[in-house]
Amino acid sequence: MTAQQIIFLIVALYTLGSALMVVTTRNLVHAALWLVSTLFGVAVAYALLNANFIAVVQVVVYIGAIAILFIFAVMLTRKDMRDAGPQMNSNWWAGALVAVLVFGGLTSLLSGWSGFQNTAAALPSGFDAISLLGESLTSPEAFVLPFEVASVLLLAALVGAVYVAFNKK
Amino acid sequence: MVPLSWYLIFAAALFSIGLFGVLVRRNAVAILLGVELMLNAVNINLVAFWRYSEAFAMAGQVFAVIVFAVAAAEVSVGLALVISVYRRRNTVVADELDMLKW
Repeated sequence: MTAQQIIFLIVALYTLGSALMVVTTRNLVHAALWLVSTLFGVAVAYALLNANFIAVVQVVVYIGAIAILFIFAVMLTRKDMRDAGPQMNSNWWAGALVAVLVFGGLTSLLSGWSGFQNTAAALPSGFDAISLLGESLTSPEAFVLPFEVASVLLLAALVGAVYVAFNKK
Repeated sequence: MVPLSWYLIFAAALFSIGLFGVLVRRNAVAILLGVELMLNAVNINLVAFWRYSEAFAMAGQVFAVIVFAVAAAEVSVGLALVISVYRRRNTVVADELDMLKW
C-alpha cells in the first residue's frame, strides 16, 4: 500500500465519519460545524485528485459561504438552545434501509463497469489545469452556454431569496 | 496510485449518508444539510472522472464548478424559504408543514 493510498483512506474515513455526525447529531449548530469538517475533507480529496482550483473553490464557496449561511439559518430559526422532541422521524429504519440499498446498488452497478479499476495516468509536464478550465468556461466551442445559464440561475436565486425572505411588515 | 474504484465507492457512501439525512431528519435545515452532502458526492465523482480519463478534456471540472453555483443557489433559496416559513408558522419541523395535505 503506497503512501497516497494511506492518505486517501484517512481522508475518506474522516470525511465519512464527519458526514455521519452531520446526519445523526441532535444539536443543529454542531451538525453545521460537522458539515464544515466534511467539506474540508472533500476539499482534501480534490487536492489528492490534482484539482487544485476546485479544492480552493470548495474552501472559499462551500466553507466560506454556504456553511456560514447554514449556521445563520440555524440561529435564526431556533427557539431555544436545544431542539425539542426526536430529531428523526418514526420511519428512520426505512430511510436507513433505502440508503444502504442505494449504496449497495451503486457499488454493484459500478463494479460491473470495465473501467472500475482504472488508475490515473501521470499529468503531462507543464499541464496547467486552471488556464484550460478558464478557456473551457469562456470558449464558444466548449462550455460558455452552461456557464452563462449558471450565472443567470445565480441571479434569479439572489432575487428569489431576497423576495422570499423579505419581511413585508 | 489510488484506483478509480476507491473514489467511486467513497462518493457512493457519502451520497448514501446524505440520502439518509434527507429521508429521516425532521428539521428542514437538517434536510438541506443532507442535500449538500449529496451534491458533494456528485462533485467528487465529476472530478475523479476528469482525473482518470483524458486530462485535457475539462468537462468534469467545468461541471463541478457549475454544481458549486447550483448548490449556492439551492441553499440561498432553500434557507430563505425555511426562514419565511418559520416567521409565519413558528416551526421548521417538516412534519408540521402539512397545509397542502388533504
